[in-house]
Amino acid sequence: MSVSSVPVDAENQEAGSERPLGTRLRGLWRAATANGKVTFGLMIVGFFVLLALFSPLLVRVDANAFGPDISVNPSGAHPLGTTSYGQDVLAQVIVGARASVALGFITGIIATIISVVVGLVSGYFGGWIDEVLSMLSNVFLVLPALPLAIVMASFLPYKGPLTIGFVLTITGWSWGARVLRAQTLSMRNREFVTAAKSTGEPAWRIIFFEIFPSEVGVVVAQLLGTIIYVILAEAGLEFLGLGDLGSVSWGTMLYWAGNQDALALGYWWWFVPPGLCIAILGAGLAFVNFGIDEIANPRLRTLKTERARKTKKAVVS
Amino acid sequence: MRHLIQRVGFYVIALWASVTLNFFIPRLSPGDPAAALLARMHGRISPAALHALEIQYGGVKDTLFSQYVQYLGNMLHGNLGTSFANAEPVTNVIARDLPWTIVLVGISLVISFVIGTILGVAVAWWRGSKADTILMPAFTFISAIPYFWFALALVFVLGYSWGWLPSIGGYDIYSYTPGLDLGFLVSAAQYAILPAFTIVVGSIAGWMITMRNTMITTLSEDYVLMAEAKGLTRWRVMMTYAARNAILPNITSFALSLGFVVSGSLLTEIVFNYPGIGYALVQGVENKDYPVIQGLFLIITVAVLVANFLADLIYVILDPRVRNERG
Repeated sequence: MSVSSVPVDAENQEAGSERPLGTRLRGLWRAATANGKVTFGLMIVGFFVLLALFSPLLVRVDANAFGPDISVNPSGAHPLGTTSYGQDVLAQVIVGARASVALGFITGIIATIISVVVGLVSGYFGGWIDEVLSMLSNVFLVLPALPLAIVMASFLPYKGPLTIGFVLTITGWSWGARVLRAQTLSMRNREFVTAAKSTGEPAWRIIFFEIFPSEVGVVVAQLLGTIIYVILAEAGLEFLGLGDLGSVSWGTMLYWAGNQDALALGYWWWFVPPGLCIAILGAGLAFVNFGIDEIANPRLRTLKTERARKTKKAVVS
Repeated sequence: MRHLIQRVGFYVIALWASVTLNFFIPRLSPGDPAAALLARMHGRISPAALHALEIQYGGVKDTLFSQYVQYLGNMLHGNLGTSFANAEPVTNVIARDLPWTIVLVGISLVISFVIGTILGVAVAWWRGSKADTILMPAFTFISAIPYFWFALALVFVLGYSWGWLPSIGGYDIYSYTPGLDLGFLVSAAQYAILPAFTIVVGSIAGWMITMRNTMITTLSEDYVLMAEAKGLTRWRVMMTYAARNAILPNITSFALSLGFVVSGSLLTEIVFNYPGIGYALVQGVENKDYPVIQGLFLIITVAVLVANFLADLIYVILDPRVRNERG
């Protein structure tokens, strides 16, 4: 949730687009390993992305198929036990990663694209366009997203990832648009924008090829925040039974666990793993986000000792 | 004053937007899911109530615009339609369930905001200390836990396994009836402990992390250094110089995150079968009870808007720049 404005070094970014691919990849690698939080978070996120990619290789059986072992404790044959339908919980968690990770990333990207377009256009043009667009994003910001998503999802006849992705896109873009608008407002009178204007570049080119590259840091932070929102909200909607109940995802696992009274019956192995996966994945994304915050705003970095703060101050003054 | 009037104007527009969404969502959904249910209601409720439902879901043959105007009129008169499930006016459902949610969510929100902000001030002040290096990652993790899953875990461990606290419902329905007697209030308070704890834990990390970050920025301001140089007590520098200024962004973020917290609280209520808005909402979803779902969405929106306005008022009180501008 915490988003600080990230001043991005415009010069570096512009230079970045002209460097050869190898150097740029090395730059990416350095960025990924420079900050402990980013590295740690990326490792977690990478693990789940790989799990999602390779889940068909890891689980060769149908994770939804009913089995003979009903609600057994975790054991050698079923490392995470089985559901009261006899489904293997571990297989479901691995297969479920695919639905949750894919939906989170795809929806997050689409919602972020919308917020980039709205935020940059509104910040660059100003005037009535800005008035209308920022009013729109402020309204969506203040409307409670999950209840709105519930209203929309309950009316749509088709239940599944498309519906959930659609409603979470609609409810998830506004925060990013607001932040990016503020960032663009501070950019639009910079010299490189004025220079581009005077050479007669069309507005869309200035917005997306001049201003956008210098806001990449903020956009990435927004993207990560939106993905966290989508993954959490997806789980919530599916837990309410608004997802595709026949498919396997972490949210629907929690729905069936609730539906079958896993709590009262003491089947902790059924509802603990999917929720824990959501929390760990979300925390991984949040760590990357905080790390980026720290890279962009060195003041936020955790210093080793109290004295370090004082020393730094003394040096500054 | 002008600032507040502008804000009120914005909230009116936001409210209008949510009412309008409520009107158009059923009409734009493919397959007209409401029409089938509407047909079922014939003869079960009064003609007047049925007519209101038809306006809401498009059973009448008027133009879209005149339906919309009639719908807005109904909303202004507080006519939110009739529940499909038990032919009860939606306003009754809201009147019965809203107090539970407002008390539960209101109290938990204040608790989590106060504790989270104080923690944020503390870890920013003692930055780099053990508390800071342990609390920050821990709270990052906590902030990513879905509320309802944490609620499930609490119900399981404290409710079922250990039996410490009641975890299902809002009060002991066998011994008490809702009213202003001590036994009921004590029972309600006991039943509220676990859901309130869930909401506090779920939302506290957000306040803490925002407060820490703004506090750190404030701490490097010259006036804080000046206050330290003057030899003011640590407490005074921390609270009246740094925290006083750092809390302003936190109040803005409080207002903006409100919808998020309210959403989490709704799911929490569902896990605890707590007799509030969230539980009514999921029952509405299960019964495809559209008037109830929409009515609850509206009332939740109104609650969030009112809370936002309160945050605006507090901001005006705390920030003399806003207060004095064009007084």
